[in-house]
Amino acid sequence: MMLEIFEGALQPKEIFSRWYDDECNANWGAFIPFVGIVREEDEIEALSFDIYEPILINWFDAWQQKAKQRGAKLRMAHSKGDVKVHKSSYVAAVLSPKRRVALELIDAFVEDFKANAPIWKYDVIQNKRIYAKKRSMPMNGAGLLAKKD
Amino acid sequence: MITIEFLGPIAQESITIEASSLRDVAKFLQQDSKLSSWLDSLAIAINDKLTDNLDAPLNDGDRVSLLPPVCGG
Repeated sequence: MMLEIFEGALQPKEIFSRWYDDECNANWGAFIPFVGIVREEDEIEALSFDIYEPILINWFDAWQQKAKQRGAKLRMAHSKGDVKVHKSSYVAAVLSPKRRVALELIDAFVEDFKANAPIWKYDVIQNKRIYAKKRSMPMNGAGLLAKKD
Repeated sequence: MITIEFLGPIAQESITIEASSLRDVAKFLQQDSKLSSWLDSLAIAINDKLTDNLDAPLNDGDRVSLLPPVCGG
């Protein structure tokens, strides 16, 4: 599975070790990892995530096709549920024969992930789960149902 | 009948209504005062495919998902 979802915090060392073992003999020239870590700020104890998997899978598959057209490959893992501060909730990697494609793809992929992957984030403060509305972005095409005749 | 499901932080149970296009769904939801603050920011999927076409036809049994603003990572 190139897209993995885990309950709770990720174990980046286990994931990257496994991915490296999977990929090290595939003749890639570049393997660029990205690790997202929950920061301690604004009194949060943890972040919490909801994921809508059917559309996440479609979104990821479309990106995998884009990567494939450039000779590259993507892998990612994300948490659902609570992830405490200083733990990881998101890891991704691009594998490519050449570094330039990998560097460009990790940038575009992670940015589009923030904007269009169907994942909702909540701050956990004093055991309450509060939707992180101000940090969230409407997906492409949002607002359709607000249109009037 | 079609089903409307509310994803992520919209705390609302799924509902079923009669609708032949997303335009009918829009008219229905615009009458719901609890949802009016969300409508500007929702992306829409029909049977898990995102769409930006208000005239997309709906068939009996279709599922319309409403996706609020996202923030992964």
